[in-house]
Amino acid sequence: MMLKAALRKAHPMPDPIQRVALATPPKLAHQIRGLSDRTIAWLFVAPTIFLLLAVNIFPLIWTIRLSLTNFRTNRPNNAVEWVGIENYRKILTNPDTWASLQATAHFLVWTITLQVLIGFTLAYLINKKFRSNDLWTTLIVLPMMLSPAVVGNFWTFLYQPQIGLFNYFIAFLTGADPASFSMIGEVALAPWAIIIVDTWMWTPFVMLICLAGLRSIPPSIYEAAECDRASKWRQFWTITLPMALPFLMLAVLFRGIENFKMFDLVVQLTGGGPGATTQLTSIDLKREAFEKWRTGYASAYAVILFVTVFGLASIYVKALNKVKDR
Amino acid sequence: MSYSITEPSSRQKWIAGGLVIAYAILTLLPLAWIIATGFKTPADAIAYPPKVLFTPSLEGYVNLFTSRSRVTPEDLAALGPPSTWYDSIVRQYGMVITGASRYGERFLNSIIIGFGSTFLSVFLGTIAAYAFSRFKVPLKDDLLFFILSTRMMPPIAVAIPIFLMYRQLGLSDTHLGMILLYTAVNLSLSVWLLKGFIDEIPIEYEEAALIDGYTRFQAFYKVVLPQAATGIASTAIFCLIFAWNEYAFAVLLTSGTAQTAPPFIPTIIGAGGKDWPAVAAGATLFLLPIMVFTILLRKHLLRGITFGAVRK
Repeated sequence: MMLKAALRKAHPMPDPIQRVALATPPKLAHQIRGLSDRTIAWLFVAPTIFLLLAVNIFPLIWTIRLSLTNFRTNRPNNAVEWVGIENYRKILTNPDTWASLQATAHFLVWTITLQVLIGFTLAYLINKKFRSNDLWTTLIVLPMMLSPAVVGNFWTFLYQPQIGLFNYFIAFLTGADPASFSMIGEVALAPWAIIIVDTWMWTPFVMLICLAGLRSIPPSIYEAAECDRASKWRQFWTITLPMALPFLMLAVLFRGIENFKMFDLVVQLTGGGPGATTQLTSIDLKREAFEKWRTGYASAYAVILFVTVFGLASIYVKALNKVKDR
Repeated sequence: MSYSITEPSSRQKWIAGGLVIAYAILTLLPLAWIIATGFKTPADAIAYPPKVLFTPSLEGYVNLFTSRSRVTPEDLAALGPPSTWYDSIVRQYGMVITGASRYGERFLNSIIIGFGSTFLSVFLGTIAAYAFSRFKVPLKDDLLFFILSTRMMPPIAVAIPIFLMYRQLGLSDTHLGMILLYTAVNLSLSVWLLKGFIDEIPIEYEEAALIDGYTRFQAFYKVVLPQAATGIASTAIFCLIFAWNEYAFAVLLTSGTAQTAPPFIPTIIGAGGKDWPAVAAGATLFLLPIMVFTILLRKHLLRGITFGAVRK
């Protein structure tokens, strides 16, 4: 506007070119362009950050606050008292907590061991590039794509004594009576029942990550090793395994975090039973929070679990980065 | 084919292929058993030894979609001949159909919540990923790590305050509440995956567009979006699969109106115990779309799993 006025002052009768220029309205696009990149960046990032704050950080802070009280959701009229770290003390001195942690550790160690062994072997075999290997890879991947709750529920049918397919299969292989054992009903077998299903479901995940690792090794290294007459055995231990190791460790990290949080599959399979043999921490936490309604206590439990996962994962990532840099 | 000293011999390939195929068949047996059980009669389903060959029946599916009640033989006789094929199946057991079961509603809820949250998380994820990829966002690395760290929280741990918060806001057992929740859970994955895809698009394309007089917005949706379409599609599939399969939040926060299929299917029972053919029929209908999806879109999916994991 200022420019127009100035021009008019200078040239009472503007020449035709200037007249056209002045008659053209400022483009709408120009105004939008006025939004600086900075504004756009914030506009684009803000909704995500806002939603994550509302659904993750705000609840986390609330959980910490609740964990210092004796609040119970099913008794909203009771006076809420601050109890300090009383809840934390109770949890850490409760033998049930340690039993749950132990069950979780057993579950974690065995699922990760089995999945890494089977997953790596499968990836190694698939990497031999036999015909139509991508189709078979996809078929192997199917279980991990499916709903753990729905599939876990159906596995209880496969685990039925006598009529279950799993028991029949084991009986066929070993000659035992299929009605003589119950995978989910016996204290000695139930921890293995959940390990088997989790391994069945999640080995493909480890396999895919290992496969990515194996495929990232340049063939020229093997060619050089061949020229040096290194045996296949030696090639495996000095080239394949060390170069795939960061990927393997990554797979372990993901499975570790996921299985520490494990809930849906095991709830449907055993519900934590028999007794509390398969009561993983998430299931224990769910009982405290939504069956006994000890909200304050359960919140403290949740904080402890979160800190544990976060702490272990951070230490592990540091180790992983060291391996990567090597 | 050119000879290479690192190419496995054909004998090695045969052995490797044989072992992998054997594992695949073993691992697919439970899934095949779900599909087969859906077409068995209750008697066939619990037969010993397990029946591999059987006369297919639609009883499981009829029981899945209907609710039935037992009537006395006299009343049954008074009803006259059954009018439809599913009526006649039910009447063999001295029952009549009293209405539709809740399975249809639960399935529809899964579709609404699944697609709603997928759309939202992909939309928000795309714009956030674009901003993180192209602009100088203050505290970028911290924000990205924060987004990633939200995945480490056990769902049950955040469920307590969300349960209380949703009750206050009237969001418990609503579609909107579940859509927002699943969107938030999926956002970390979608931002990280999409940032990877957008990082791969050369920035020169946009610069050329900007010089040609496009605004930032135009450059974003006319140049970047079409380039990122494959990435957006595979991210969407991952978000959809998560929302489709999710159980922990669904079982704690929904009970009726907005309940999805995963918490519902295990609760299907028949007269006198678990109706396994109906459960299997419900599971089949629920799992089959994902299986078909996985097989059809295998190239993008498999790449997405490793890509998403390896980047982090």
